[in-house]
Amino acid sequence: MSALLSIRDLRKSYGALKVTDGISLDVPAGELHAIIGPNGAGKTTFIHQLSGSLKSDSGAVHFDGADITRLSMVARVKRGLARSFQITSILDGFSVLENVATAVQARSGSSFRFLTPAASETALNAEAMEALARVNLADRAHRQAGTLSHGEKRQLEIAIALATGAKMLLLDEPLAGTGHEEGAILIDLMRQLKSTHTIMLIEHDMEAVFALADRVSVLVYGKLIATGDPAAVRADPAVRAAYLGEDA
Amino acid sequence: MSETTLTSAADAASPARPRLAGRGALIGGIVLLALFAVLPPAATAMGDPFLVVTATRIVIFAIAALSLDLVLGYGAMVSFGHAAFLGFGAYAVVILAAAGIDDLLLQSLAAIAGSALFALVTGAISLRTKGVYFIMITLAFGQMAYFFFVSLSAFGGDDGRTLQHRSTLFGAPLIENDVTFYYIALAVLAAAFVLLRTVVASRFGRVLRGTRDNRVRMQAIGFAPFGYQLTAYVIAGALCGLAGVLLANQTEFVSPAFMTWQRSGELIVMVVLGGMGTLTGAIAGAVGFLVLEEVLSGLTEHWHIVFGAIIVLLVLYTRGGIAGLFSRLFGGRA
Repeated sequence: MSALLSIRDLRKSYGALKVTDGISLDVPAGELHAIIGPNGAGKTTFIHQLSGSLKSDSGAVHFDGADITRLSMVARVKRGLARSFQITSILDGFSVLENVATAVQARSGSSFRFLTPAASETALNAEAMEALARVNLADRAHRQAGTLSHGEKRQLEIAIALATGAKMLLLDEPLAGTGHEEGAILIDLMRQLKSTHTIMLIEHDMEAVFALADRVSVLVYGKLIATGDPAAVRADPAVRAAYLGEDA
Repeated sequence: MSETTLTSAADAASPARPRLAGRGALIGGIVLLALFAVLPPAATAMGDPFLVVTATRIVIFAIAALSLDLVLGYGAMVSFGHAAFLGFGAYAVVILAAAGIDDLLLQSLAAIAGSALFALVTGAISLRTKGVYFIMITLAFGQMAYFFFVSLSAFGGDDGRTLQHRSTLFGAPLIENDVTFYYIALAVLAAAFVLLRTVVASRFGRVLRGTRDNRVRMQAIGFAPFGYQLTAYVIAGALCGLAGVLLANQTEFVSPAFMTWQRSGELIVMVVLGGMGTLTGAIAGAVGFLVLEEVLSGLTEHWHIVFGAIIVLLVLYTRGGIAGLFSRLFGGRA
């Protein structure tokens, strides 16, 4: 049993509403696992529970051999489980480079250093530049992050997650709000990331999901109704009824 | 692609200029400090030596405003009890003087230690709350400190106590001279300005600024904000305690009135007026506030009404305070 991320009977309710209703799932190292499902299926809640920004009612999450069920978001990041946000979450006032360098800083020694300017730490900046180069944003490094285009902000979001040194990325709708061209850049980017990172991808864009995913799980009203390779899931009658049928 | 990467990597190797410590801010700060430095001879030339006394008060409040700006402007913590630290500093002078310790440096050390301890304890509790609750709880701690000194009858209670003489420096009554004292206060202000500029540009300052801008983002890359915010709170408290030592020597009188919640409010107004999150702005805010107070109170008894109206206009029409106004007028970020 060598899953990098292992989820057992995870639950979360708001009053009578079961948003996460007993999810169990294993994601082996190296897999790109897509979670799809209609609006309101509980995809973002699920990501919040995995990243630690939301406490689960019950169930267990193991990551890289350790029980992380009760760990904070900060502690999970330090273990190598990083996330991106559905609604772009960057430091608008910082430069693009500094956004990423801050993430590098979080895992490179103490941040209780008061007397040397962080912006001129070449080691932090060099690693940040590597992450930016991976998402094709190197030429934007010195721009103020808030002035980037929407697609570029989505790329930056991924660079920040990479810079945390994560083993696994939880990407919450990285294509949200992007146009066709911007989307193509991001899809290409995720295809490259697959070779180095385990990824859980929450996504609405079916074209992207079926192009990228090794396996797909379908989330409907808090339950996983199917998990398997993209072709099998696409053919699954329950999935067609619950989701794809409506959409296609 | 590989070419872009190479040139950009070279870019990264050269120190990127930290935006917040930009050149505009530095020049603005240096100009302000330089104006302060030439004030005593100018005051003598104008035949108004009392100006130095007023300016000393402004310099001291600028130090207090700078310290609050670290908490409020960089840490996004609206502390409504900051004047308590002025009180701790002031009472460190009078209490140590009563014990026969007149040395300014020893009194300053005691003030810094006492203020830092108070900041550590109250900050650790206050930072468990957010938003309006943080405001309320810092206000409550400030009032507790205020009433503690009101009840301290050995030091005059509510009435406070007059200092026998100013503190000594190296065993000599050096700061009895108003001009010398002024320059010492100015030196402290300049040192505080340089120190805080360094701190906000450091790794620590970057975490503090990032947390201000987007707390969840910072947690998502692995920073737990509490320790950083608490440290900023302690640094600010200690620095404001030092300002309190100077204030006691300036007025040669210490009373709980130093640490009323109104005083805390005035410090907030100074920082907001000057421009939150710009150190030059905090100094400019203290100058603007106290000069306005001085000028208006000389004109009319009902100066508070005019003062209020001017503050409202300034806040409405100078987004980013005085510093914001300057950066729009002269370009670049002040």
